Amino acid sequence: MARDHRKPITYKDAATEALLQAMEKDEKVFLMGEGVDNITGVYGQVLPAYKKFGPSRVIDTPLSENGLTGFAIGAALDGMRPVLIHQRNDFMLLAMDQMMNQAAKLRYASGGHHKVPLTILSFVARRPGEGVQHSHSLQSVFAHFPGIKVGMPASAVDAKGMLLSAIFDDDPVIILEHRHNPLFEKKEFVPKRYYETPFTSNVVVSGQDVTIVTVSITLLNAIEASGEFNAKGIYPEIMDLRWLRPIDINPIIQSIKKTGRLLVVDTGWRSCSISSEIVALVAERAHGYLKCPPRRITLPDTPCPASQYLEPYYHPTTKAIIQAVKEMV
Amino acid sequence: MLDKNPRDRELLKKLYFEMLRIRRVEEKLTEWCNSGLIKAPVHLSIGQEAVAVGVMAALKPQDKIVSTHRCHGHYLAKGGDLKKMMAEILGKATGCCKGKGGTMHLFDDSAGHVISAPLVGASISFAVGLALSFKMKGEDKIAVTFFGDGAVEEGIFWESINFASVHRLPVLFVCENNLYATHSHILKRQPSENIAERVKPHGVNICRIDDANNILRVVEVATSMVDLVRKNQPCFIEACTYRLKEHWGVGEDWHLGYRSREEGEKWMAKCPFKQLQKVFDEEDIPQSEIVEMEKIIKKEINEAVEFAVKSPQLEVKNGQRPSQADYL
Repeated sequence: MARDHRKPITYKDAATEALLQAMEKDEKVFLMGEGVDNITGVYGQVLPAYKKFGPSRVIDTPLSENGLTGFAIGAALDGMRPVLIHQRNDFMLLAMDQMMNQAAKLRYASGGHHKVPLTILSFVARRPGEGVQHSHSLQSVFAHFPGIKVGMPASAVDAKGMLLSAIFDDDPVIILEHRHNPLFEKKEFVPKRYYETPFTSNVVVSGQDVTIVTVSITLLNAIEASGEFNAKGIYPEIMDLRWLRPIDINPIIQSIKKTGRLLVVDTGWRSCSISSEIVALVAERAHGYLKCPPRRITLPDTPCPASQYLEPYYHPTTKAIIQAVKEMV
Repeated sequence: MLDKNPRDRELLKKLYFEMLRIRRVEEKLTEWCNSGLIKAPVHLSIGQEAVAVGVMAALKPQDKIVSTHRCHGHYLAKGGDLKKMMAEILGKATGCCKGKGGTMHLFDDSAGHVISAPLVGASISFAVGLALSFKMKGEDKIAVTFFGDGAVEEGIFWESINFASVHRLPVLFVCENNLYATHSHILKRQPSENIAERVKPHGVNICRIDDANNILRVVEVATSMVDLVRKNQPCFIEACTYRLKEHWGVGEDWHLGYRSREEGEKWMAKCPFKQLQKVFDEEDIPQSEIVEMEKIIKKEINEAVEFAVKSPQLEVKNGQRPSQADYL
């Protein structure tokens, strides 16, 4: 991707730029969410849009997650492109009826007539003390439902491009940013121009010894781990999944045919998850190519402890990736 | 006004015609269910026709409505295509939802019926979103949502009323209070039968119509409320009426014991057709007019039945379990 002449910007600022460019491009785009007009709301990510477009297109809302989703669906049915913003993805569980019974179904139930171009933007938090409810990473829950797309950007370039793809897609799309600082404040060269990220997975590092499929921020752990491997002559292929639905499995299958080894790293729980899904798809389509059993690094199947002494060990780590690959290769 | 002389005779006839059309269509669906042609839970509005027709009489063609699982009456009263409705209920590709939505998702965009959805309360919020969109675009349209008394027990109803009130949105909430959520009486579920009084503190205009089978009263209230809604004052109408058939299905259900036949008979005495017939008599509108309406409706229904029945079935290749692509 051609670099524009400017300094690197953060993941957060790249997403901000996407919101601004979407609103400039199409006056049917509007934003809704609690605290969107406030510096402390949504981590300041939406404030520039509020300053530029004002309260008629950037609406500070009551705490009515399910209702707001329905309002956004209604506006979308009338041709608008609403972006509904939840400060944390835990709150999205209050809107499951509208997201999954309604938004995900209305195109199908109307025989393809209705479009629901709704974007739901939310955040996965991760910090000591956030506890059992504020540190959810719920992508697998949302990706279970046909009719709705789910993406998790793992770079500043994708934080912008995936959000723009979502806003101008004609189906409901959920974008989950990851708020953990190594990613959220990470600076990259991000093209200034308008661009959309395709609904594909992304080979970030090419290699031939093991395929590491990462979800969201775990990409950074895999890249960090790869430095250690390269010194030992091990070359992993690192693939950022980007979209859980639609899942772009073919490049992963191709990679497995080359490497014969699969490691999936996810920010979510283990059971009934995107990591389960990837392992299942590889088992169905590339079983004969596997040289060893697939491995997964995920959250343990427990809620997240609040204590700062336990919390750091709860999440996938670079160390765990190094250990797993050592055992596989 | 309708309750003063001279009454608008053409409007009176139109109201009767529209109610009769809904009744006769649902009677045809009853035949279809009894003969096993319909493989779906239909939710009939028999007994409640006056609310749909009365409110719709106050709307302009460009106004939009959303409805629930009990949507046949709203669809027809707003001008929905009868052929597409009948085909949808038979699961045919010529249906309004191409056979994918079924009886509980009827819509006809060209008539201004945007969508129906059975999950209780859900579609209320769509109307708020439509109204938000109209207001943002500066369009002269209002959104109307129909729902039952059970829906006000869902949080999303109050979320919708609250947001419409705060943002002064052009939305009309029409609660069809038929006293029962499936088989549960309202007083088992709510502190009083009067819903409107509990909505009032939310800063919207309210009106409770104690007998919404009196269609002229419905038209009168809806007309004045719609005027306010067009000035971005959201309004709530509680229209008290009564479902005469089962919650879903086409039979009677007095034998279930959750409600009494005596209660039903009180409402049958307030039959919307009988009440309007009385006005016809006062206005010397001859019976022959109704005979003529019956003929027109019968012809339209026969044509729709033929269209729906003769429409080809959705194809499943070789009788095998369909592939994912076949479902699309």
